[in-house]
Amino acid sequence: MTQYETVIGLEVHAELKTRSKIFCDSTTEFGGDPNTHVCPVCLGLPGVLPVVNKTVVEYAIRAALALNCRVASFSKFDRKNYYYPDMPKNYQISQYDLPIAEHGYLNIEVKGEVRKIGITRLHMEEDTGKLVHQGNITTTPFSLVDYNRAGVPLIEIVSDPDMRSPEEAYEYLNKLKAIILYTGVSDCKMEEGSLRCDANISVRPAGSQEFGTKTEIKNMNSFKALQKALTYEAERQIKVLKEGGRIIQETRTWDDEQGITLPMRSKEYAHDYRYLPDPDLVSMVIDREWVEEIKRSLPELPDDRKERYVREYGLPVYDAMVLTNTRELADYFEDCVAVYPNAKTVSNWVMGDLSRLLNASVVGIINCPIKPEQLGALLQLIEKGTISGKIAKTVFEEMFATGKAAETIVKEKGLVQISDEGAITAIVEEVIAKNQKSVDDYRAGKERALSFLVGQVMKASKGKANPELVNRLFKERL
Amino acid sequence: MQLHQLTAHEMHDLLINKELSSEELNNHIFDRIEAVEDKIKAYLTLTKEGALERARSVDGQIQSGERIGPLAGIPVAVKDNICTKGIRTTAGSKILSNFIPPYNATVVEKLAAAGATIVGKTNLDEFAMGSSTENSAFIATKNPWDTGCVPGGSSGGSAAAVCAGEAALALGSDTGGSIRQPASFCGVVGMKPTYGAVSRYGLIAFASSLDQIGPFARDVTDCALLLGVISGHDPRDSTSAGYKVPDYTTFLNNNVRGLKIGVPEEFMAQGISPEVRAAVERAMSLYESLGAAVEYTTLPHTEYALPTYYIIAPAEASSNLARYDGVRYGFRAAEVADVVDMFMKSRSQGFGPEVKRRIMLGTYALSAGYYDAYYLKALKVRTLIKQDFDRAFEKYDLLLSPTSPTPAFRFGDKVDDPFQMYLSDICTISVNLAGIPGISLPCGFVGQMPVGLQLMGKYFDEGTLLRAAYTFEQNTDYHKEFPKI
Ligand SMILES: [Zn+2]
Repeated sequence: MTQYETVIGLEVHAELKTRSKIFCDSTTEFGGDPNTHVCPVCLGLPGVLPVVNKTVVEYAIRAALALNCRVASFSKFDRKNYYYPDMPKNYQISQYDLPIAEHGYLNIEVKGEVRKIGITRLHMEEDTGKLVHQGNITTTPFSLVDYNRAGVPLIEIVSDPDMRSPEEAYEYLNKLKAIILYTGVSDCKMEEGSLRCDANISVRPAGSQEFGTKTEIKNMNSFKALQKALTYEAERQIKVLKEGGRIIQETRTWDDEQGITLPMRSKEYAHDYRYLPDPDLVSMVIDREWVEEIKRSLPELPDDRKERYVREYGLPVYDAMVLTNTRELADYFEDCVAVYPNAKTVSNWVMGDLSRLLNASVVGIINCPIKPEQLGALLQLIEKGTISGKIAKTVFEEMFATGKAAETIVKEKGLVQISDEGAITAIVEEVIAKNQKSVDDYRAGKERALSFLVGQVMKASKGKANPELVNRLFKERL
Repeated sequence: MQLHQLTAHEMHDLLINKELSSEELNNHIFDRIEAVEDKIKAYLTLTKEGALERARSVDGQIQSGERIGPLAGIPVAVKDNICTKGIRTTAGSKILSNFIPPYNATVVEKLAAAGATIVGKTNLDEFAMGSSTENSAFIATKNPWDTGCVPGGSSGGSAAAVCAGEAALALGSDTGGSIRQPASFCGVVGMKPTYGAVSRYGLIAFASSLDQIGPFARDVTDCALLLGVISGHDPRDSTSAGYKVPDYTTFLNNNVRGLKIGVPEEFMAQGISPEVRAAVERAMSLYESLGAAVEYTTLPHTEYALPTYYIIAPAEASSNLARYDGVRYGFRAAEVADVVDMFMKSRSQGFGPEVKRRIMLGTYALSAGYYDAYYLKALKVRTLIKQDFDRAFEKYDLLLSPTSPTPAFRFGDKVDDPFQMYLSDICTISVNLAGIPGISLPCGFVGQMPVGLQLMGKYFDEGTLLRAAYTFEQNTDYHKEFPKI
């Protein structure tokens, strides 16, 4: 029985978050009434000319460097010609044979194994508008077009066919997103369409060096959809081959509701794009000094930061990986460690209680009601013995809900731990007097009886008695 | 001499000496238009109100003693492929018959800043594709020297307007000779500046790497004045050059002593009429007698210029004209089944035959499997043609040739034979492929029809062209002739 291997390559589009569009001054802001974020240039009116937004080139180079790409010293824009009503000029300004960057890679980790995934190229292009339909698309007599997104800058990142499973594709996209987010050039929100992903997928007998016939999968609108679509498509292709059939090279669309891929009408996509260098834009000579300057301005990227966490903070690899997955979370962690240097304790709180509360609410780490210094201050209170670890959890939830400082909450609610020996001795003696049976049990060697007695003291003190002190006082008396 | 026959600089003198107001001048021009436009048909749209309003404002400036620029209050015509805010701009096409731009071309803003009054929008071959203005979707402009003859094209309306006294100056656009050839046919001065000297922002593109806006005038001095106003870097046009625009009037010296002039023998050979050849030879002798060194030279790749042009220009056009689909503006076909049907019907009903021919040529040249053989090859030959000029300019200060191999031809003579029509640009298209400046000025008559002399210069050396043209003009009287209309 033949074993099959899956081969996957991804084409990812990320919207760059420059303030203005790629070839004009119109805003790139998301939303807005239809056709309000437009001007003659992005509407492609007769006679207008594009002028490259330099920040777009800078952002593209920034992303390219973070993805270990070689930045071209000479690059140009080309026109990709095809007719579609959401394209104001009926050509898209893109890059064809001289992209801004090529030959990059990123590392992913799947089942404990690190794999290097090649990046063929990264290029710049303009986004299109979108068709809007009133009512049902099949029955409406007309389409409306909103050009607000037309001319929003995109980078397209094309991977080598280096992935061997849907899980690897998922990890690749996740890592790509993490790296781009670190560089700050895109929001990478798949739901808002600022990150889009198409896949090329084929299967071949395990051990074969030749590629099988591939299909292109579109319309995967989430990470989950990507993994589901690729899993489905690989199985579909294997089934076709096992039944003696042939794979047709075609574009297929992922139907999330049915959980299957469907062929798109091939006619629509059998394009001859008739690329030509855009004569309205002069070719770009990329200054090496500028590239170096951009390189110097890059932040520490996820892989480097992860390694440093293991090295510098002595964190387990897993903790380091989770904490460095986004720049914001890692920054939060480091700001907290600056106040409270026990990194593992901070990591436990950030990955545990904090992540739980963040996930339960819709707040992201950047708007977290507990500032990192405040979490540090809370951890200090535990260490100083001002509050117990158990009380701390309550205080923490209160901090998350109100945004108040730990000390304020502790004071307001009178949660300060009682470490006054006189006060606790009185309670301890009262508990001994009232629970003669447990006292006897303990004296007879039943250790558990002590827990009960301590619990009684905690109850009487509303949880504020210092548990260590209570233990010692019992042991002295019994 | 009548008022409308004056040059712009003569009109300017009358204005600043308060012998005439700009309002009177403009009214006179509109009277002239009224009188002759039926015969000439230079304009697609007239903008009298706007012109008079600006004229009055210039008059106010003069009255209050303000200094005014050389074009303030002077009536200028604008080719109808140059966008004018709030004024219909058709590019001579049915597909844009209802298009009113919400913005001005940079050159139109420059004209406004200079105080020039805009008389109207002039007729042209549809999307500037043609050499006779017969391809206009609207009207046929007549040559003022003989209304049975074409005015040339594609800027035929602008050339005819200046020639017939329907404007003092005009703007045209030149992709393969569209300013110089009609200037030659109508006996006026026309210049295609260096590619990048004048902003293309707001010029409805035909072939972006070849298109350039330039002036029409009744003499070289006026040409220099208008060139000075429209030139200069524009941040809205990436292909516009960052350079300091000189005061072109400083080049208007009656002196060509020591100037080295080359005459490419290829431009004097193919299909040139004996009378045109004789006129150009007389010009060569005149320059020699004035102390210039004139000799024949060669531009060996000239024979490839026409095929190269007819691949590059249509290829760019096929992409530039893709946006006219009936979705956002312009003509939309009625009764369509779906969006693809709407695209097809709007375009097949909206474009004329020559435009369709070129879109098809260009689409073919860019198609998969043909790109390398046609478009890429054409780009390489274009480089060879440029190098021919570079080599020639190592030896010569400028080159001289006829502007067109023949004087203006009669209506219908070539309209059914595209190749014959294309040949009338044989002397001008190399200049666009190379990107260098070229000027056409009157150098004689064949019967009553004017003949044009073309001078070609080095990149951004419009100054030397103007100096040589001015000298020629100072020593001849051809520019003082007026058609009897
Ligand atoms: Zn815009």
